[in-house]
Amino acid sequence: MDLNDKMNYKHYNKFYDRLDFMKHRNLFFTISVALIILGIVSLFIFKLNLGIDFSSGTRVDVQSTQPISVEKVDKAFRAMNYEPERPVLSGTHNNIATVRINKELDHNQIAELKSKMKDQFGIEPNVSTVSPQVGRDLAKNGLYALIIASVFIIIYVWVRFEFLQGLTAVLALIHDAFFIVTVFSLLHIEVDILFISAILTIIGYSINDTIVTFDRVRENIKISRKRLSTIEEFGDIVNLSIRETLTRSLNTVITVLIPVVLLLIFGSESIRTFTIALFVGLLCGVYSSICIACPLWAVLKVNYLKRRKRRRTVSTQPQN
Amino acid sequence: MVKKGPIFSFFALLIVLGIIIAFSVKPIIHNVNLGLDLKGGFEVLYQVKPLKSGQKIDNEAMSNAVASINKRINVLGVSEPNISIENGNRIRVQLPGVKNEQRARELLSTTAKLEFRDYKDRLMMDGSDLVPGKAKVAFDEMNKPKVTLQLKDPSKFASVTKKITGYYPNNVLVIWMDYQKGDSYEKEAAKNKHKFISAPSVSQELNTSDVEISGSFTVQEANDLKDLLNSGSLPVRLVETYSTSVGAQFGQDSMKETIYAGAIAVAAIMLFMLLFYRLGGLIASLTLVIYMAVVMGVFVGMQAVLTLPGIAAMILGIGMAVDANIITLERIKDELRGGKTVLSAFKAGNKRSLPTVVDANLTTIIAAAVLFVLGVSAVKGFAVMLLISNVVTFVTSVYGARILLGLLVHSHALDNHPWLFGVKRSDIRGSK
Repeated sequence: MDLNDKMNYKHYNKFYDRLDFMKHRNLFFTISVALIILGIVSLFIFKLNLGIDFSSGTRVDVQSTQPISVEKVDKAFRAMNYEPERPVLSGTHNNIATVRINKELDHNQIAELKSKMKDQFGIEPNVSTVSPQVGRDLAKNGLYALIIASVFIIIYVWVRFEFLQGLTAVLALIHDAFFIVTVFSLLHIEVDILFISAILTIIGYSINDTIVTFDRVRENIKISRKRLSTIEEFGDIVNLSIRETLTRSLNTVITVLIPVVLLLIFGSESIRTFTIALFVGLLCGVYSSICIACPLWAVLKVNYLKRRKRRRTVSTQPQN
Repeated sequence: MVKKGPIFSFFALLIVLGIIIAFSVKPIIHNVNLGLDLKGGFEVLYQVKPLKSGQKIDNEAMSNAVASINKRINVLGVSEPNISIENGNRIRVQLPGVKNEQRARELLSTTAKLEFRDYKDRLMMDGSDLVPGKAKVAFDEMNKPKVTLQLKDPSKFASVTKKITGYYPNNVLVIWMDYQKGDSYEKEAAKNKHKFISAPSVSQELNTSDVEISGSFTVQEANDLKDLLNSGSLPVRLVETYSTSVGAQFGQDSMKETIYAGAIAVAAIMLFMLLFYRLGGLIASLTLVIYMAVVMGVFVGMQAVLTLPGIAAMILGIGMAVDANIITLERIKDELRGGKTVLSAFKAGNKRSLPTVVDANLTTIIAAAVLFVLGVSAVKGFAVMLLISNVVTFVTSVYGARILLGLLVHSHALDNHPWLFGVKRSDIRGSK
């Protein structure tokens, strides 16, 4: 099938066959830039609600056989001379309360706390303590992991595709990762160690959509057997490739969203932040792969070609 | 003309796989190592500090410390302990399913340095004067437990007891465990609960190699003391820097909830695939079952520890495994719409989708590998599962699905039935 044939061939009659992703690219770019600015502002104003994993202190998950109230939990802790932050209730019957104490308990204190809570609420609680040094190391480790993964992914895409595609793919990924951070900052959701796993999963996963679309772009350029140079020519290819892969992109994200949403609804409290981060990241990932990565690549590519052409014409001009 | 051979092979293959899976489910489930977040238990990260000033914390000191911890964990009888060195000077100890957490923590972090001092806290003898491994529990005439020790050199004990006798009326031999600078017998003696183990009076010179410690022990305390002395003192000081403990009930609930969510997710994904890709979806669902069995089998075979994030990674992996099916089936649909026959659409679809699947999975593997190398504890469990899932995906969702679907395609039973792949006849090029 040759490209013109493919483009004129409107047989699929899918609702999105008329969507023009390139035409609205400036709108998409504006939305994303606005979201990034919002994220930066939010980080300055609300900051991130860092869990004890990244700071220090003690976290207690009190579980009861019956629904419990914030006041009761608070009182139980004050009776032991602790100054808890406001307990957060969770669980299907509000039978779990998460309490943070800005103090590292030693093992004797933990033992005492556990037995008192068990007496009062019937079930042995979870207790975690983190010292500041360990918290700092965890945060540092997480950041290193993000940077190293990004570098490797750029290199991989560079080798398999081209540098500009690797760059835009990673830009889209950073955009996704930052959007997750923004949401967590705005909604003041606690960030724990699994948050970093979630962001890395999104990075590893969301790039699939981008790769699949770039893969189709590469194929369609090959089919076109033309030297593309203008934004319109690239736009046509990008639009066609996105449309051709859209069903797949949407279907995959649905099949991954299904387990994530179910984990969010029925899954354990302990991995809640993890699933929230995945949920946000998946939605943002499919948007950025389709609406940001490809159009951005086309814009950068055309710019690059123009610059190269200018450089060539300059260098081939006869010297006076 | 429909060939019966491939169809027969298809069902034979399914039956064989079904039997293998049915027989391996039980051993797999029985051999799963549950992590402490599912089973209850606790995890401590110790910072290793020198006992004496000038002591170097090098690799040797670290491996000695790990060896001592190992011996003590054996005393506790935890079935799946996990001890690892991190960052060069930290030791992570994970004890899933441990019953008495407080006791475990005390047993682990005490240096178990036995010392005999006089009433002025001057050192008289220490653990190095004992014959190693000779500590025993015995009972006195009141049937109270005591710990008996054997000394290397009776004459040293004779000279020590002679000295102590001379301190009358302060003729006590104070037996300390983990004496720290600043501890004093006089201060502790005034308290109700002493920090030292006991302070027997010595009224005569004793020329013997047998010593006994009788304090107000319970039987278990006496046993623990004996075990600690026999497993040797810790060569370093351990400071808790991170700890997390999960109640057994909590762990069980988490596991139940997460598996429940996973089961619904699997059913929902299968339904979705069936609706969207019909026969292709059915094959994808079958390979999904194989995928889950293989992933769990590999995971158990590697003796990896299943944690909550691990279950999450597996459920997520299901979504990703299906992605490989979707990429391939979408390609086949494209080719069918382009007017190809089922057989050539199947071949072209497989061929053209493979690089895409490889690229998509490799990038995830890159992220998972980075997590595995840099991550600790919970993150590592997640990364292992993600890595296994991605590799297994290639085997089951790419090749497994290809073989199964290939048998049906090659039987020609699907010819002229593009609807079996979810393609409407009116969508096919050239049709009206």
